[in-house]
Order: sequence, then structure tokens, then C-alpha cells
Amino acid sequence: MPKTLGKIRPHLTQNESLLFELSHPGKTGYQLPELDVPAVDAAEALGGENVRTEIEHFPEVSEVEVIRHFTRLSTWNYGIDLGLFPLGSCTMKYNPRINEAVARIEGLAWAHPYQPESLSQGAMEIAAVLEQYLGEIFGMDAVTLQPAAGAHGEYTGIMLVRAYLESQGNPRKKVLVPDSAHGTNPATAIIAGYEVATLKSNEQGMIDPAVLEAAVDDTVAAMMITNPNTVGVFEENIVKIAGILHAKGAQVYMDGANLNALVGVARPGDFGIDVLHSNLHKTFSTPHGGGGPGAGAVGVKSHLEPFLPTPRLRQANGQWTWDYNCPQSIGRVRAYYGNFGVLVRALAYIMAHGGPGLRNATLDALLNANYLRAKLAPYFQIAYNAPSMHECVFEDTRQESKGVRTGDIAKRLIDYGFHPYTVSFPMIVHGALMIEPTETESKQELDAFCESLIAIANEIDTDPEMVKHAPYMTRTSRVDEVTAARKPIVRWKP
Amino acid sequence: MLDACGLKSLDDLYSHLPAEALFPRSLDIPAGKSEYEISDYFKQQAAKNANGYASFLGAGVYAHYRPVLCDVVVSRGEFLTSYTPYQAEIAQGTLTTIFEFQTMVCQLTGMEVANASMYDGSTAVPEAAMMAARVTGRHKFLVASNLHPEYREVLDTAARNAQLHVEPFGYDSKTGTIDIAGLESKLDKDIACVILQSPNFFGIVENIKQASELAHKHGALLVVVFSEAVSLGLVEPPRDADIVVGELQSFAISPSYGGPFAGIIATKEKYMRQIPGRLVGETKDADGNRAFCLTLSTREQHIRREKATSNICTNQALIALMATVFMSVYGKQGLRELAEQNLAKAHYLAKGLDLPFSGPFFNEFVARPKGRTPEEANAALLEKKIIGGLPLGRFFPELKDSLLLCATEMSKRADIDAVKEVLL
Repeated sequence: MPKTLGKIRPHLTQNESLLFELSHPGKTGYQLPELDVPAVDAAEALGGENVRTEIEHFPEVSEVEVIRHFTRLSTWNYGIDLGLFPLGSCTMKYNPRINEAVARIEGLAWAHPYQPESLSQGAMEIAAVLEQYLGEIFGMDAVTLQPAAGAHGEYTGIMLVRAYLESQGNPRKKVLVPDSAHGTNPATAIIAGYEVATLKSNEQGMIDPAVLEAAVDDTVAAMMITNPNTVGVFEENIVKIAGILHAKGAQVYMDGANLNALVGVARPGDFGIDVLHSNLHKTFSTPHGGGGPGAGAVGVKSHLEPFLPTPRLRQANGQWTWDYNCPQSIGRVRAYYGNFGVLVRALAYIMAHGGPGLRNATLDALLNANYLRAKLAPYFQIAYNAPSMHECVFEDTRQESKGVRTGDIAKRLIDYGFHPYTVSFPMIVHGALMIEPTETESKQELDAFCESLIAIANEIDTDPEMVKHAPYMTRTSRVDEVTAARKPIVRWKP
Repeated sequence: MLDACGLKSLDDLYSHLPAEALFPRSLDIPAGKSEYEISDYFKQQAAKNANGYASFLGAGVYAHYRPVLCDVVVSRGEFLTSYTPYQAEIAQGTLTTIFEFQTMVCQLTGMEVANASMYDGSTAVPEAAMMAARVTGRHKFLVASNLHPEYREVLDTAARNAQLHVEPFGYDSKTGTIDIAGLESKLDKDIACVILQSPNFFGIVENIKQASELAHKHGALLVVVFSEAVSLGLVEPPRDADIVVGELQSFAISPSYGGPFAGIIATKEKYMRQIPGRLVGETKDADGNRAFCLTLSTREQHIRREKATSNICTNQALIALMATVFMSVYGKQGLRELAEQNLAKAHYLAKGLDLPFSGPFFNEFVARPKGRTPEEANAALLEKKIIGGLPLGRFFPELKDSLLLCATEMSKRADIDAVKEVLL
């Protein structure tokens, strides 16, 4: 094996045991102040049967062991701070550190949700300004910040649809979902009490108005549309599609996972959407943190506003206040007011860019995706000919003839120093390679990425077997996920 | 780059969009600000919030000291800027910490299996209820009225939409614990689960064994909820529960005006395939080394779509990591000593106050201020730069004369004495 491949060269990493294996009886890493009140006998205060003897096998390690443990583990991870992270539909853009700093300001980080409103005005103002800016970006009349994540926002949105239709006399039975949709869409419709009807995409990967027309009747409550859709294509008939649904009394829900393609260029509220969620951890740069926390703000047109989760933020006599008197509200979807710390970061991002800057970021994201598409098209089969927005989707048909699939190419890409693209999604594409570079990346990083994928395409021609067993440069070789699922071990045992 | 794309200008990137969909003007958002201006703006907002106050608020969000190491670890870009660990070969750091998290959650709660975390405690409750409905094939939930009222509201919202039925049962007005007779009278063959909190919203430790025997006698599951994770350092865990859900905010997660936090769900091994959300499992790599990966994903939305156990996609990995570092720093001995300090501070605060409930409490309790309404007492405390307790009338009209007060290891004796002076 060559010592350098793509943009990486192997370096030393430390082996590290699990905390439980490092543990030794009596070791500690904490300090507590001297107790300044009389000690209390736990058995007396709580009743002997309510006091546990110990937390069996809980770790006992020193402070140095803790920092080394987690630092060593961190070096086994890849993150945006290390390079391009082109996961399609995930919008892995740079996470500005000023956002982390402001979220930790004491008056914000230590604000208790039940402290008096008179002592929470700053936090409430931040939420109010973010609601206003998001409303402007979405083209929507009202915004709730309560949902904790994208899927939670979807769930809130579909409940809003149900409550609205109920107020019109009939909640209806079905939600339409295109076959290209994220898996959360059908799962959401079900937990919100609807049946799911899947709509087949046309040969351009888009919703076909004729197919839709035939599928919509007065049992359809809503259609969940992702726009740009999951093949990175703007639904060119979106206005017509919304019209068809509205004519039958159905609502149009938009999954805003791909909103990064639209900010400042097109607004969902202007092209017929009634309700959408936006993943603030995608478009608005709050860090993914290895899988969360996120936030799933939901924007609605005015006819859905009365149904938004309680409480709602209001202003009276120059003071912000939480309004709990929302008789038509769907109720609460989360305790307190949402993932406030994430909201702070999202607002900091919007403020740093400003209106013109947000639009520039969108154009850069579109340019980067189209540049990748143009450079890679000679080597990989583009899934659909329609113009790409913020991501481009290829299929693995050319490589499959050599027995190499998208998952293998992804693993080999790791050897070249890049995080893989999204593998095998959307399902309507044969062996999808779904690539979203975001606006963060320089031409240099994009070129290095393309060169790596092109090198892999050549390797597949000459040595497909080698590619099928990648990665080779990582400290962990290919992980056996089949055994993990067959014989699940989901906790350490002594 | 435009040349490579065969385009003449940036505007060509979206010129194929239908004209009626294009945004004709500029966003009405002020021009971009510098790092200094942003920092200054948020400092100004923070200055309008409570600053420099001692606080005796708990009610689901607790003020505990955050060891410095917690922020040091979660600020590392390799953790902060990584994604859900789908590509196991370059995500072993995140995967290993989640495996440790799942293990520690099991050790804390006395359960056998825990997932990679939930959004928070409140949203974990309906997930547990739905899980119980799947396991039992029943559609009614009995919920203790001394469950955190906002958790209850979140459950009500979810149940209403899923056409599931939530039936409350009361608490004993003398002890503040659940009304066992009331629970028994409502149990029947339609009940999927009994949901109760311990320590409950009033801070009182419940008799889990008794509730579990009753629930099981009627074929229902027992779901135990906690909002104060520090209690598990000292209080016997709910080993007789079938599902445990809770909130880990107490473990180094700043109150942050209510979020982001991290919830947990843990259960018995036999229900593992019904658990919602992400699960990390141990396996080997091609060289035979121990490795970890996401597993049992056939439960999940991205594979099962409309047949998934939940629509959950995100967990709270970074927040869960914060809690994992916290648990590692305190460890077996530290978590107990921390819990003992909380117990001592709260009992010192409670001593001599008028307590309507006699049940054993951990670090928060209900008290009636003497000669003042709760609001008047809080107003008097604010003048001393102290935020008092939560007036309970908002959630429990029958307790409109009472406050829910919490003391933690961060409550100083002088402040506690000042509170007692106003309440006595």
C-alpha cells in the first residue's frame, strides 16, 4: 500500500479500552465542595428500601484517564473540521465557532425555563427575532420553534394539518408521499394517525401532475413534498401540484431538509406550500454533533397559525410573554420552548450572513453541486438529466458491471480521506451516490474529492476486488454489521 | 467553475425554476454582522435575563455544577462536527461513546437495554407509551397526575393524534405519592401501561414495586419516568419497571432555557426490538478487532418507512456525550456523594417549613409559605437576588398556596437560610 493516498497519510492512533475496562475500585476524578449543611442519613430520609447499595460496575477512573479516554476516541472520528462531508440531504456545512461561544454565555446557558418572564426577556427576544427571520426566509406567516428535530417538525406539521382539517369538519384519511421521500415522511404520517399512499415518481425523478391528479380525492389530507426533492431536483411543476392539492381541499406539506438550495432564491410560502419544517442543524449550520441535537422549526400560512403548539410568543407593552391561551392549538410537542441553545446558534448564523449573505451561500451551494456533477459525469452515470440544485445524484450502474456497488465505492472513498456521500438513497435510484458538498467547500477541496472518485472509478476497472474490501487506510477495517444485527450486543457486561 | 458547469453566470444556476416560484426581492434581514457584533448582541440579550441570582427552581430542570471536562470533550471538532455514525469505520469515536452511554444508562436505571438517547424526557414519554401499546396490543394508558405536567401535555398531544386513550389517576393528598387504590380501580385488560414518575413532580420517591405488581397483575407494563437523574446516584433504581424513560439534563447539560437536553429510554432485553431510535451494537471489523456500529436498524424509519417503530431519526448524541463525560468524571463514588449533598441541602432547606406532603423526597419538595402567597414569597426573594420555587397553582389548582422548591449541591447555605426566612 502507498503511504499517501488522496489527501491522507496514516498516522499513529492510540488503542483505548472501554471506561468499564479502565475502571479500578476507588479511583475518582471529581471534586465536590465541603458540605456546608448537616449530612443526612439517606436510609432515614428516604427509607432503607429506597436507597441503592451502589451503581454496579459504574466506572471509577481518574480525571486524566477521562480526558485521555475521550480524546483518544475523538481521533477515531471524521468531522467537517477535517474535510468535505458530502452526505446528500444532510447539509454538512461548516459550524462557525462563534455560535458555540454565544450559546454558552452565562445569561443564556443558565436561563431556567421557569424563571420569571421579566428575567427572561433576552431569551424570548432571541426566539422572537429567529421566528421573524425564519418566517421571512420561508415566506410563511408564523413559525414555531418548539420541535426538537426535523422528524419532530414533520410530526408537528402533520398534526397541524389534522387539526386544521378537523376544524373544517373532516380530518381525512390519507397522506400522499412520493417514492423518493425520506423515510421519516411515511413514518411520521403513520404516528400522526394517517394512512400512507405512495406516489410513483416520473422518469425525471419528479412528481407527475397527471399521476397526482388521479391520486387526489377528498380522503387525502396532505401531500408531503421535499423540494428540491431527494434527487436534488427542483419540482418544476410545484405551483401546479399545489394547485391540484388545494383544489381538492388537501394541504401541501414541505420537508425542508433541502432548504439550503432555496434560501433567498425561492420561498416555499410563495410556491404553494402551506406548512414546512426546516432542520436548523442543516441549513442554519448548527452542529450535527454525531447525531444531534437538532431543531425542527415549523412555518405555516395564516390559516394554520391558530393550531400551532402552545405556548406562543407574544409581545404586550414592550414585554415578551408566553401565551398559553391557545384554544385551537394541537397542544405541546415538547416540554418548555424547544431546543433554545440550538436556536441561539441558528440566529447567530443568520445574523452573520444577513439577507444578501444567505443568498450568496445558496448560490455557492448550487455552484459547488453543479461543479461536482460536471466533473464526475464522465465517470459515473447521472441518475436524472434534470438540472441539479444543491446536490447531485449518480447511480452505480457502470461500476456494478464490475461487481462494485455504491457502498463499496463509499468505503474506498474513506481511504482517500473523505467522508462518503449518502449511500443507496433515494431508493428510486439504482445504487445511489447522493452528493451534497454545501457552500462551505473550496474549489481545491472539491477537486481533490473529484480526483479521488475518478481514481476509484479507474481502480474499479483494473482491480474491482480490491475496492470491494476497502477501507484499508483506516484504523478499523470494514465493520461486520450483519453479525451486529444477528447477535445484538448493545451494552458492556463484566 | 461556471465554465466547467457550462454556465455563464450564477443566476443560470436557478434559471430553470418556474418564474412564479422565484423570490422577486431581497430577504428583509439586515446585512451580515461581524463576529464581534454578534457576540455583543447575544451578550446584550443575556444581560436582560437573570444574572447573578441564586435559584431554587427545579421542576424538571436542575442547576448542577458542570465539570469543565464536559465542554472540553464536546468542543472537539471530531465529535462536534461529525454526523450520525452511518460509516462505522470513521465514526468509531462516536459509536464507542454511545455504547458506553447505553451501558451506563442500564447501570443507572437497572434496565438491560438502552438506546442512544431521545430528544428529551418529555418526548420520551409518548415513545414509551407507544412502545407499550406495541408490546401489549392495547391502547389505553394510565398516567399518574404527579407526572411532570408538561410531559403529560406532550403525551396528550401524541395520544390524541394516534387515537390512543390517556386516563389520569390521582395522588394521595397526604403523602404526595400515587394513589394506589385509585390506580387499582382503573386497571383492566385494556391498559397497555401505567406511567408514573419517581422521584415524582413533587420530588417524592414512589413505591415502584407495589405499582409494578399491580400493573403486571393486569397484564399492563410499568413505565417509570425520571426528570432528576442525580437521584439515581442514591435512590434504588426502578428495577421492576418494564420501560424506564427520563431526562439527563442534570448530567452537565446547561438549563439553556429548556433545551437542548437528552432523554433516555431503557427496557428489558425481551423488548429490545420494540425500542425506538438509534442503537449501537458491538461487533468486529474484518481484522477481528472489536468495533461498534448502528444496529437493529430494521426497526427504523429509513429502512422500514411507514412500518417503523417511530419516526425518530436524530438522537441527541452530543448532549448524550456530555452526560457520558459527566458520569465518567463523577463515577461510582462521585455520583453517590453528589446525590448525598443534594439530599442534605434539600432537607436542610425543608426543615421547619410547612410541607403538605409526608412522602420521602430527594432534592425538591412542596412547601407552603407562611402568611404569604407563593407569588408574594417569590417577589420578596427576588429583592434578595434569589429566584424562589415554582408556584404550583399553574399546574395544580389545589396546590395554589404552594411552591415547588429545589436545592442542589450549588445551593449555598446563606441563600438557603435567606429562603427559609421568607417562607417561615
